[in-house]
Amino acid sequence: MLEITNLHKSYPIGDSSLHVLKGINLSVKEGEMVAIMGSSGSGKSTLLNIIGMLDEADSGSYILDGLPIKNLTEKKAALYRNKFLGFIFQSFNLINYKSALENVALPLYYQGMNRKERQEKAMFHLEKVGLADWATHLPKELSGGQNQRVAIARALAANPKLLLADEPTGAVDSKTSYEIMDFIQQLNDEGKTILMVTHEDDIAHMCKRIVNLKDGVILEDAVIEQVRAKQHV
Amino acid sequence: MFDLDLWREIFQSINKNRTRAILSGFTVVFAIMLFTILFGIANGLDNNFQKRFIQRSENAITFYTGTTSKPYKGYQIGRQIFYYNDDARYIKKEFPNDIQYISGTLRRNYNISYKEKKGEYSVMGIDPDYQFLQKAKILKGRFINDRDILNRSKYIIIGRLVESDLFGKESALGKYVNLEGVAYRVVGVYSDDGGDSQERIIYAPLTTIQKLYTGDNKLGTIMVGYKPDLSVDQTIALVNRIKSKLKNKNSVAPDDQRAIRASDRILTEKKRQDNFSLSLRILIPIIGFGTLIAGILGISNIMIFIVKERTKEIGIRKALGATPRSIVSIILLETILITTITGYLGLVIGVSILKGIGPSLERYFILDPGVNISIVFTATIVLIIAGGIAGFIPAKRASKIKPIVALRND
Repeated sequence: MLEITNLHKSYPIGDSSLHVLKGINLSVKEGEMVAIMGSSGSGKSTLLNIIGMLDEADSGSYILDGLPIKNLTEKKAALYRNKFLGFIFQSFNLINYKSALENVALPLYYQGMNRKERQEKAMFHLEKVGLADWATHLPKELSGGQNQRVAIARALAANPKLLLADEPTGAVDSKTSYEIMDFIQQLNDEGKTILMVTHEDDIAHMCKRIVNLKDGVILEDAVIEQVRAKQHV
Repeated sequence: MFDLDLWREIFQSINKNRTRAILSGFTVVFAIMLFTILFGIANGLDNNFQKRFIQRSENAITFYTGTTSKPYKGYQIGRQIFYYNDDARYIKKEFPNDIQYISGTLRRNYNISYKEKKGEYSVMGIDPDYQFLQKAKILKGRFINDRDILNRSKYIIIGRLVESDLFGKESALGKYVNLEGVAYRVVGVYSDDGGDSQERIIYAPLTTIQKLYTGDNKLGTIMVGYKPDLSVDQTIALVNRIKSKLKNKNSVAPDDQRAIRASDRILTEKKRQDNFSLSLRILIPIIGFGTLIAGILGISNIMIFIVKERTKEIGIRKALGATPRSIVSIILLETILITTITGYLGLVIGVSILKGIGPSLERYFILDPGVNISIVFTATIVLIIAGGIAGFIPAKRASKIKPIVALRND
């Protein structure tokens, strides 16, 4: 599903540059649920952004579902993001003047789906996260947990191969974060490949594999016994 | 291709961000409104001058006489100067290329009666050329002709108001009026835009009036119609040359300002008006240009602000699969839509204000202020294009932003 070899990335800081990723090798198979852990500055977010085609690596190769991701034009990157990836952000990143339904339907709009189909599909995904009754509400009228569920529904709407979550539980309380993790686990159970950045240990242990990053290199990569979020809810 | 979904997105964006849309629209409304009003007022000023100019100048200059203010060639000071028929002929002969029409005039008030109605009217003896000097429009009959002059015919041409005064609803044509006990036949009726008093004058062959009044070839004034293609400066020079010819012929000192005079004050005034009109014509585009620049700057600012405000939204859209092109088009079309609607609104407001206050501006020398709609239309289009460019550059830049950078921007 995902094959990363010897990935490097540095950011220019004034005259010098900051070497953030120093040769990452990572392979993720379909159906996996991987937590990328590390202290701040370890490079975990950078790695996720490169995987999400939101950022580009300096060197190394990245193959997603058999497709080499290299020197993509903006248009191509947009197409791939739309087709292969679903994003879940810490701060939800919903468009504030659009209703829950419209937010979920947005990736479908960029797929060129017609309006009626879009809305039906978006509604289906909203139902799935249990927010069908909130479809017409604006993000500001929803709680943090509800907003994140809308964001998850949006990430799922385009039926992506890979779900990328950047601190999905960072902006909600622990009870809500377990609810969200429960959702994500269910998605994984249904076969979705999930990659998640977190710095919370308990959240990481709800995944099936933990990749520990430190100073731009993988310190540890271990398959773990998954803790089900259900028992905390 | 009309993309309904794209427009739906745009309308939603405008609708949900009304303050933003109204603020940016307001700039455009204001710019176009100001443009229209300033342009209209400038046009109004120009119209006023044009009209005054047309009213008062018929390409004609009148030469008067007075008494000498200086002794010259053995003549004493205070001598009354008169023009005679040969003065007029002489002037015409001297300036064949510059003078189009010439007419001596002799004017006196007479009592005139028709049946039981009578009144005192100014009766003016004139040459046939006079018709073109005064722009009198013949309504019925004809004007004085050369044969009338030769025969000293007892014919008169009366003003429209003389006809209604003396004849009521009757037609005056062919009727005889009583002038100093002699019957004069009305051969024409004329109208004149110059006002009521101009339409109460009676014209008669010059020779007829000369015989009646002075008994010789004396003239009251000489009226000269110069070629219309002469510039104001050329006309002033011509007037001065005619003056010195007349002074020379009548033995008047060259620097005598009183004995030979001309209605040339209108020329200096016309020159002033021409200068003013010219500066207006220069000023109008500057005003227009300035307003447009202000409008363009306003839109540019707002567009940059809007794009900045929407950076995060752009980042989200890109993360969800929006192409750079779709980002640019959504922002650009929104700008163009707002600018078009509000530009039109500004035009309508500006034009209605001009219509509303136009009549009350007449005492400020602003006559019939109006704008050439095509100019304002062009201005609006320029503003739309400028708004488009102003929006395009930041939109293009925003579309190139890596979504991750945009998303970090909380």
